[in-house]
Amino acid sequence: MAKTNEELKQIATQVRRDILRMVCMAKSGHPGGSMSSTDILTTLYFNEMKQDPATWTRDGKGQDMFILSAGHMTPVYYSILSRAGYFPASELATFRQMGARLQGHPSIRKGLPGVFQASGSLGQGLSAAAGLAKGKKLDKDDNFVYCLCGDGESEEGQIWEAGMFAVFHKLDNLIAMTDWNGKQIDGPVEEVAGEGDLAAKWEAWGWNVIVADGHDFDSIKQAFALAKAGKGSGKPAMILFKTEMGHGVDFMAGTHKWHGSVPKPEQLEDALKQLGETPLGDF
Amino acid sequence: MKKYTDTGKKDTRSGFGVGLLKAGQADPRVVALTADLKGSLKMDAFAAEFPERFIQCGIAEANMVGAAAGLAITGKIPFIGSFAEFVTGRVYDQIRQEVSYGNTNVKIASSHAGITLGEDGATHQTMEDLALMRALPGMVILNPCDFNQTVQATLAAAKYEGPVYLRFGRPSVPNFTPEDEEFVIGKAIIMNEGTDVTLIATGHTVWESLLAAEALEAEGIKAEVIDIATIKPLDEKAVIASAKKTGAVVVAEEHNMAGGLGEAVAGVLARELPTPMVFVNGEDKFGQSGTPAALMEAYGIDAKHIVLAAKKVIAKK
Repeated sequence: MAKTNEELKQIATQVRRDILRMVCMAKSGHPGGSMSSTDILTTLYFNEMKQDPATWTRDGKGQDMFILSAGHMTPVYYSILSRAGYFPASELATFRQMGARLQGHPSIRKGLPGVFQASGSLGQGLSAAAGLAKGKKLDKDDNFVYCLCGDGESEEGQIWEAGMFAVFHKLDNLIAMTDWNGKQIDGPVEEVAGEGDLAAKWEAWGWNVIVADGHDFDSIKQAFALAKAGKGSGKPAMILFKTEMGHGVDFMAGTHKWHGSVPKPEQLEDALKQLGETPLGDF
Repeated sequence: MKKYTDTGKKDTRSGFGVGLLKAGQADPRVVALTADLKGSLKMDAFAAEFPERFIQCGIAEANMVGAAAGLAITGKIPFIGSFAEFVTGRVYDQIRQEVSYGNTNVKIASSHAGITLGEDGATHQTMEDLALMRALPGMVILNPCDFNQTVQATLAAAKYEGPVYLRFGRPSVPNFTPEDEEFVIGKAIIMNEGTDVTLIATGHTVWESLLAAEALEAEGIKAEVIDIATIKPLDEKAVIASAKKTGAVVVAEEHNMAGGLGEAVAGVLARELPTPMVFVNGEDKFGQSGTPAALMEAYGIDAKHIVLAAKKVIAKK
């Protein structure tokens, strides 16, 4: 199960290729945050999570579970689910099409395996994840619940309600992650809402806070190890992954302008050239 | 006219408390969540018997809805309880995404609904909750009329697989339905048969409609009284059959004029059998402080106003 950094890098490169090709085919979607969280989610699904597409059920019994709170990051989510074996990669071509299982934001109504809950209206996923974690505690199911939030999303008050709830109910089987790329639709987070020091805030909330480099596989693996080691402490874990929006393609990196914009054909060509091909192959 | 006896006034929220405890005893998957209103929602007995299955969320309703959805995904049957306004209007988007669109088996226990919440005033008196919940695809809406029926509706909600909005109230009101009558979701209950006018009611207005029917009988008018304990899915057959028989329909509800039972019934009759109708409701207004009885009278949602509405609609035939 454990993957080398080289293996993870190769999957992540293919996932970034998928993301760009999906949004270009759909002529819509959110590549920026998808590319900042690619390395985190690649490591999560291919190196950390106890998950098995063959026996997957929505109730997550006996497995780890994952909630994508920042629901607009479907390009990375769907690519990873398909590359992990939940459905054929060829289905990525149906992203955002009428009738597709790959809805613009995650849906449980189209029968897409791997998706535990609908998301998209921001700030709600951490609460659902906390509910899953509480359910696992009641069932004495020893597995973890993971949840990915955006830093822009963390402006929603409900995130902090969930933050209080998870500590109060000692949900040390909950590992939350923030894709701390510092950007949101209208611009840099600090210019839009002045969110401040997320690490200090989550620490004040009583969480086991870990700050890591979200594009360095050693750092990501170490962060997950620290988070998992918190089991038994009574504290939920929050990994703040420092990332770069649009990471991997020079003209997309570090700007909010690619949050929900689609590359032009020549830009796509340039981006794919920069990423390079992988043996996994395009869908 | 069929006689109903008040066996002693009780609040419908206490019916919920009894029903929740019974549901918890019958099924270990039942869990209860509240946002700092355990006592008001009468969850104390459940919390005492099943401390591990009682989940206090603090004054954070949005998180409570999401946490309940998560619990439901793992196979639990969560009841979330708060005042009607705070489990509908305050968290409409959370209910829409996590419960309704997410199709999670969450039961929304909505207490202190309507104007009879009383003295706390308009901030706490939602008269819009039915409109919000009716607009959600697939949401089942139950609005039982007394203590006994609320016990049974709670048990039915627990057994039903899917999102349910269970509405009940704060004040003590007559308890007059049979103690152990199984609650059938989607079935209207004909409380009294009549031929001159149909009085359709839900929740607290059922007793008021029975009083109105008695008063009308004294004047030689035979009123049919229907208890719509399930607002959605609406028992359309029962509504149409009664409208066909009487040719005049009054709908009485403790709700705003927009989006409640009145419009639901009007929608069915407009489509299937256009029939003269008069509506008894809170019109297009906010409530205010007062005793429940004084408010129901002032806002025109009591037996007296139902009698007037019945005469008005009969004149339209």
